[in-house]
Amino acid sequence: MADSGAATRGLPSVAAAIAHDSAERHVAGSAPYIDDIPEPPGLIHLHVGQGGRAHARVTRLDLTATRGASGVIAVLTAADIPGKNDISPFAGDDPMFADGEVRYQGQPLFAVAAETLPKARAAAALAMVEYEDLPALLTIAQARAADSVIEPAQVMALGDAPAAIAAAPQRLEGRIAIGGQEHFYLEGQVSLVIPGEDGDLHVWSSTQHPTETQHVIARTLGCRDNAVTVEVRRMGGGFGGKETQSVHYAAIAALAARKTGRPAKVRLDRDDDMAMTGKRHDFEIGWSVGFDDSGRLAGATFDLASRCGHSTDLSMAINDRAMFHADNAYSLGAARIVSHRLRTHTVSNTAFRGFGGPQGMMGIERAMDAIALSLGKDPLDVRKANLYGVAGETTPYGQVVTDSVALELMEELEEGCAYRARRAAIAEWNGANRILKRGLALTPVKFGISFTTKHLNQAGALVHVYTDGSIHLNHGGTEMGQGLNIKVAQVVADEFQVPLNSVKITSTRTDKVPNTSATAASSGSDLNGMAAQDAARRIKARLIDFAARAFSCDERDVAFTLAGVCAGGVEMTFRELVNRAYLDRVSLAATGFYRTPEIHYDRATHKGRPFYYFAYGAAASEVVIDTLTGESRILRVDILHDVGRSLNPAVDLGQIEGGFIQGAGWLTTEELVFDPAGRLATHSPSTYKIPTAGDRPDAFNIRIWPGGVNREPTIHRSKAVGEPPLMLAISVFSALTDAVASVGRHTVMPHLDAPATPERVLAAVEDVRRRSGSQ
Amino acid sequence: MGRPIRFLLNGEVRELADVAPTDTVLNWLRYEARQTGTKEGCAEGDCGACTVALAELDDGHVRFRAVNACILFLPMLDGKALFTVEALARDGALHPVQQAMVDQHGSQCGFCTPGFVMSLYAHQRQGARADTATLKDALAGNLCRCTGYGPILAAGQAMGPDPDAADLPALAEALAAIRPDEPLEINHRGARFSAPRSLAELAAAIEARPDAVILAGGTDVGLWVTKQHRALPDIISLNEVAELNAIEDPGGAIRIGAGVRYVDAHGPLTALHPEFGALLRRLGGLQVRNLGAVCANIANGSPIGDMPPALIAAGATLVLRRGQATRTLPLEDYFLAYGKQDRARGEFVEAVIVPKPPAGQVFRLFKLSKRFDQDISAVCAAFAITVQDGAVITARIAFGGMAATPKRALATEAALMGQPWTETGVTLAAEALAEDFQPISDMRASAGYRLTAAQNLLIKTFLEADQPSAQRLLQVEALAPRSLAHG
Repeated sequence: MADSGAATRGLPSVAAAIAHDSAERHVAGSAPYIDDIPEPPGLIHLHVGQGGRAHARVTRLDLTATRGASGVIAVLTAADIPGKNDISPFAGDDPMFADGEVRYQGQPLFAVAAETLPKARAAAALAMVEYEDLPALLTIAQARAADSVIEPAQVMALGDAPAAIAAAPQRLEGRIAIGGQEHFYLEGQVSLVIPGEDGDLHVWSSTQHPTETQHVIARTLGCRDNAVTVEVRRMGGGFGGKETQSVHYAAIAALAARKTGRPAKVRLDRDDDMAMTGKRHDFEIGWSVGFDDSGRLAGATFDLASRCGHSTDLSMAINDRAMFHADNAYSLGAARIVSHRLRTHTVSNTAFRGFGGPQGMMGIERAMDAIALSLGKDPLDVRKANLYGVAGETTPYGQVVTDSVALELMEELEEGCAYRARRAAIAEWNGANRILKRGLALTPVKFGISFTTKHLNQAGALVHVYTDGSIHLNHGGTEMGQGLNIKVAQVVADEFQVPLNSVKITSTRTDKVPNTSATAASSGSDLNGMAAQDAARRIKARLIDFAARAFSCDERDVAFTLAGVCAGGVEMTFRELVNRAYLDRVSLAATGFYRTPEIHYDRATHKGRPFYYFAYGAAASEVVIDTLTGESRILRVDILHDVGRSLNPAVDLGQIEGGFIQGAGWLTTEELVFDPAGRLATHSPSTYKIPTAGDRPDAFNIRIWPGGVNREPTIHRSKAVGEPPLMLAISVFSALTDAVASVGRHTVMPHLDAPATPERVLAAVEDVRRRSGSQ
Repeated sequence: MGRPIRFLLNGEVRELADVAPTDTVLNWLRYEARQTGTKEGCAEGDCGACTVALAELDDGHVRFRAVNACILFLPMLDGKALFTVEALARDGALHPVQQAMVDQHGSQCGFCTPGFVMSLYAHQRQGARADTATLKDALAGNLCRCTGYGPILAAGQAMGPDPDAADLPALAEALAAIRPDEPLEINHRGARFSAPRSLAELAAAIEARPDAVILAGGTDVGLWVTKQHRALPDIISLNEVAELNAIEDPGGAIRIGAGVRYVDAHGPLTALHPEFGALLRRLGGLQVRNLGAVCANIANGSPIGDMPPALIAAGATLVLRRGQATRTLPLEDYFLAYGKQDRARGEFVEAVIVPKPPAGQVFRLFKLSKRFDQDISAVCAAFAITVQDGAVITARIAFGGMAATPKRALATEAALMGQPWTETGVTLAAEALAEDFQPISDMRASAGYRLTAAQNLLIKTFLEADQPSAQRLLQVEALAPRSLAHG
């Protein structure tokens, strides 16, 4: 082949464990992020002035001193916005700058553009702002009492759950509060906007959603979409935190560039980023279940309440997804799921890996542990007895689960991790140890794949083949570390049977592939992989057509192989074929498109088939707690996860491990604390604690399920992997519950809220001691 | 004004004149030198994305330390060698550390990656062990939000020994060659920075400029600049004073000079008692321990510093100097009130003297925090209790995080004295902690948790007094581990 070389990348094989496309640049520090782009001459730096009240009327905003400060070039407020003062994805309720009223601590009130960032910050501090406080709703309870919502409560029902529960031989109910989570992407929000001719703007933004960035900038500036080009090569992490929240700061930079005619950059400092941007929704869940003496559910009800913050953002879909996952992998029997979406005077909560799904699952997993405790059974047996495929097939939203592999995964994992033997050994160990107690839990994950907003399930791609045989690949997905670009490149290289290094991965741009959906919902490779494959196949079809004509053979006798192209017995390199085709005036560029088939959903009734398929996994976690301090450690984790036929096992394993640890952080060490005035007290890594290397258990066995294959015709029969593994970490929370329950000899269900900090674990231990009469 | 600072950047001599004393190395690298491989993740030394390697001569040998560039002031580079991620690849080939990271899939989004590479690089150049436990310690100051750390730990195990070990003598020579003749003295637009080289000069400077900020590792002072956005018009660094960078061990006690880093105090303190080592291991990340000084953790008077309770319980004394005069006082007496210490104008902490806990004494240190590594304590506790004939005959108990200062639990000590060393006796005495402390609720813990946990820690000290450390939480391993992957 003409294009051999760069052996480190391996051959273009779908299913090969190939390193991230930027790995060599990551480790060398030569992969540029937006703040690494050489600063253009005349660049201005913005600092965003924040509101200092949770809810207040702004009675005075005097920026005279700010405007006069050293190095200040412009000061921007709501009055400077030529278009609509709205950066929301669709609801129209999220202003770029608060206009007369602030609705959360840290809400952008104005922005200062200056020659340097320190000057902008110093000038912003000179602003004179006075407020008249208004009543602030900070908590779920306060908002519920005031009936403050972003939309009416939603109800999803299957059968008559209250009646089924009432008629069941056994009944239990409980509540759990689940804290939110800060994304803590290592690269904070950043955008660089460069003005061009005719009012055009080129926007570099660290965003999961270039198209929405384009739309919002056009909306706020009052210009057409075609005047705005948004480009992103890579993000330093996203996790959902750059799906909508990034747009706000890109729009502020764009406004500054428009106002001053100069390049403008917004880069949020860590504390500002944490205070000003939305997080995973915190939830309060009430559950009640009716079941028989074997633990089999007859019915379940869930009351889900989440803190959405001051604006709608994506909270409707997020809370929908919480409802969709209130069953996790279990057939509930009759079900009634009520979801309250509460509007509060706090930062607008947003997408975060799992998108409400993790919170939704917590209720049923608590119920499973409670049922097992009440019946004196192993929770694993109760879980297995209630799985889809074992106990029933129909979800509360009416979709029939036909692809459940949860039982196979759980039983294979149960055997592989020696669950029963360890269960016995742990019981013995706990009997012999007074202060330290171990816990063990094996939990499943079933996660629905597709955007539940149907029209988002589409993607485009653009492929060019140049006459030297090299390929330019572009698609609508964005790279945030999840390995999307390498997976899509593998797909394209595989189509043409060329080495992977023939495929150039390029930055995502709204002027190459338009009207894209956010890279979210784990959909990146499903959608963009198919779109890129479509584009490649269009070109390939033209090449085949040409080769059949040129070499007088049947189209079926044109073969693309790693050794080259063979047409009617004539062998040539891919480059030679491409060059000949060019000379014959064959188009060597194509767009590709994909839309997910078969999905439909009626949001009014909450019925339909919102998900094309489900991704499954199972995890077993062993923990230890200190019953005198509440400290805990994860000792061992075993994971078996279904990624279908993996496009890239190295990338998929990375997603599984990283997702699990991120989920474990959510449920253990990561605690968001707001003070009574609604200010985030944990606004930096000194007070907000994501897992470190030391929190990873030494015994951590992750396996991609060898039996995995997507029953639906997804890209190479793979399955989405971005979000599902996060929820495997619920096994940690259940194991902690098990350890706490051991203090009361497994006679009472611990009250344990998330995150299970030492303080919460200790309180749960003491409560169990009291209720069980144990010492 | 003053001579330029002079250092090696990736092997080449750089001289910078007219630097602002509080400009950070990170900002200089990124926005002046245009070396953007080093990233800003938090600008407060808590995430490690800005990790660089700093080499200096230590007794004629080259010593490498991973440090956070975000809170390192430029003048602190004077006379040292700075290595950034850009320096590692040679002739188009990745350095073994980098190659191992690629091979093990150690990067996802890549933003934290240069920091991890530099932590591993410094670790490798120091010739440190590459077992998992050691690597977890070395990487505790680096946050990754993508990988879950497994591939990075695997890279650490795969990276092999320092391929450039043979170049160390040349680096030592280069460092010796750039050592400036004159102490550093900067006057930059009204901001002053002095780095005297003798104790006498330092004492004279501090006495003459009593309002100057005294700078050691800068792991706290750096944040005054990057987070509080304070202007520091006058800084006196004690880092170049050789007399203060020494640990003396005359037997029975060690004397830790004001400039001694945590990392250098670790060995001698562990030799005094392993509990010190276990506590120090959890104080900050390695980047912080590589720069931060034990005495500075005392001098700044923080109520949540981890060293003071341990040292108070051990009976440490503090040496303060003003000009030629020194005085000593029991460490607990240094902390007067929140933000107020027994330190006169022009006076500074010269050393802390730590006696060895006597054999047979029950000596336990505890740190309670949400995360085990690199977290600030909700409660820090230290117990030094001597039991004779079944009764308590001495008790020194000190806490951090329970009051406005690090503080002894005098009522509890009194309640223990003479009492039987039994669970009942200890449980009764623990009630006195409610007299000693009325802790506050904050983002780290509630008042109720702090008090309950403090009481439980005293009981735990009794219950675990005779237990092997394997019974302790951090030493517990999974039962009968059997790998699924190979099972």
